[in-house]
Amino acid sequence: MSNERFKNPITESAPVRWTLIAAVLAFLSLFVLTPLVIVFTEAFSKGWEEYILALQEPDAVKAIRLTLLVAAIAVPANLLFGLAASWAIAKFEFRGKSFLITLIDLPFSVSPVISGLVYVLLFGANSFLGPILKSYGMQIVFAVPGIVLATIFVTFPFVARELIPLMQDQGTGDEEAAISLGANGWQTFWYVTLPNVKWALLYGVLLCNARAMGEFGAVSVVSGHIRGLTNTMPLHVEILYNDYNVVGAFAVASLLALLALLTLVLRTVLETRYGSELSAGQKH
Amino acid sequence: MEIRVEKIRKEFDLYPALHDVSLKIESGELIALLGPSGSGKTTLLRLIAGLEQPTQGRIFFGNEDASYRSVQERNVGFVFQHYALFRHMSVLDNVAFGLKVRPKGQRPPKAEIRRRALELLDMVQLTGLEKRFPNQLSGGQRQRVALARAMAIEPKVLLLDEPFGALDAKVRKELRRWLREFHDRTGHTTVFVTHDQEEALELADRVVVMSQGKIEQVGSSDDVYDRPNSPFVFSFIGESANLPVRVEGGVVHFHGAPTGLTAQRDGEARLFFRPQDVALIEEGPGMTGPVTSSRRLAGTRIAEIELGSSQEPCHVEIEVPLEAAASNGSILSFRPTRWKLFY
Repeated sequence: MSNERFKNPITESAPVRWTLIAAVLAFLSLFVLTPLVIVFTEAFSKGWEEYILALQEPDAVKAIRLTLLVAAIAVPANLLFGLAASWAIAKFEFRGKSFLITLIDLPFSVSPVISGLVYVLLFGANSFLGPILKSYGMQIVFAVPGIVLATIFVTFPFVARELIPLMQDQGTGDEEAAISLGANGWQTFWYVTLPNVKWALLYGVLLCNARAMGEFGAVSVVSGHIRGLTNTMPLHVEILYNDYNVVGAFAVASLLALLALLTLVLRTVLETRYGSELSAGQKH
Repeated sequence: MEIRVEKIRKEFDLYPALHDVSLKIESGELIALLGPSGSGKTTLLRLIAGLEQPTQGRIFFGNEDASYRSVQERNVGFVFQHYALFRHMSVLDNVAFGLKVRPKGQRPPKAEIRRRALELLDMVQLTGLEKRFPNQLSGGQRQRVALARAMAIEPKVLLLDEPFGALDAKVRKELRRWLREFHDRTGHTTVFVTHDQEEALELADRVVVMSQGKIEQVGSSDDVYDRPNSPFVFSFIGESANLPVRVEGGVVHFHGAPTGLTAQRDGEARLFFRPQDVALIEEGPGMTGPVTSSRRLAGTRIAEIELGSSQEPCHVEIEVPLEAAASNGSILSFRPTRWKLFY
């Protein structure tokens, strides 16, 4: 065949390709696949019954419930916040816009432990607000509200960062069209702006949820580690592991790993089916 | 609906986009805003629609001052440059949108909305495509969906921003004729923006030529082509040549020599003429120079002639008969038959 001698300008020779692929595979199996397998083998090391029992243990159940509760508050809050922020940033011109964008990214650049500590310093017993809160009978730190606050803080960039570039790229043309056709602000948002970003929004929520359920650092600082009260799943895993309860620790950890896998699958589905609507650049 | 724009000034971040622009658009007229990019034509269109607020000046719809009315209250049909069709809605839903978002009291019943949307699609010759989505349509079809969608709200005025800009040449020509027929049938006051002079001259009743935020000339196609009132209009519309001349004692001189043209006023000026408005001459005063290049253009030949001295040559293009000896290097003499001086 005549094209056998043609060498594609953007490919490499077979040995180079296989070496690179092998290197990546070796790296992935060592650092990603092996730990994942270990989580499940350890969790099931004493059989199914022990695994189920470990998950039915009252403190474990409470940790799971707390994690779900925190995610159920933090994720919708950040959905609303992310939508509002990206809408404002992408569709309107105002002073201090670039500062706001930087501020949204702050939780990604700050260590989660620091963000947890900030809430302790702000709402803790020795803080300025502490006595006031106490006089009203409110406890933020070492209680559920603190955990929710810390989680919201750590996860708030996810939705906004997903939406801002997409909305900026889509511009204001569709909104102007809707307005010129007589739609009011709410109708424009509901019928035009929101449907244009729905898949990106779902994608952001997915990532936000995964992080909200898995957050350790910030939550660890504000929670106080009270068993059955302020322990989320990641914190519970640590406590069980420190107690040499390997099966218990890995059983709870396996749930988090499953969540991660599920997120991954949904993410891939979204990316393959709606890839062009997720990232900037879709024009018609 | 007659539209009057009175002394409109628009600044973007202190940079003026429009300077004191006044314009009267007659009811039922099809008018083109023509100019190069940055001339302010789109800004003027968006001001009429209410998508921008004027810095100064007023806009009247009929006798009513519409300057402070919102876009929704102005009831204009706006067709956007890239159509801005709602990509997640079917063609039918796109067209019906304007009726669906009406407040409860004014909203027609569902069946009626559907009937009217289908009727509009029929009017723009898209019957049968109502279930498609915008990305399943060709450029020309999208354009017509955008028009049907704008018409659904029964606008008093139709505004189109570069309506044919994103289409290929053939579709553009077809749609141009189609829009003219559509306008004659519906009788809406229609304003469209274009940078394509051919489009403006062919389609519009009147053309508004704009440059650098100002209106240079308003007139019929014949007016702006045959009687341009400024050097800008002369060079922007159609082909033209211009030369620096001096009028002395009522005679136009180019490069110190009389050209055989006469004028009332003495002084420095620029002489404008069109390539086809010249006559080749054998003798007598005129402009003479060697042919530097020539090319065949349909039924005629265009010759580029070098005039003036070799230090500061001026090149002009003129139309010569096919039989004229216009090979490179041959010397030609000509005199403009229709021309205009700008001092």
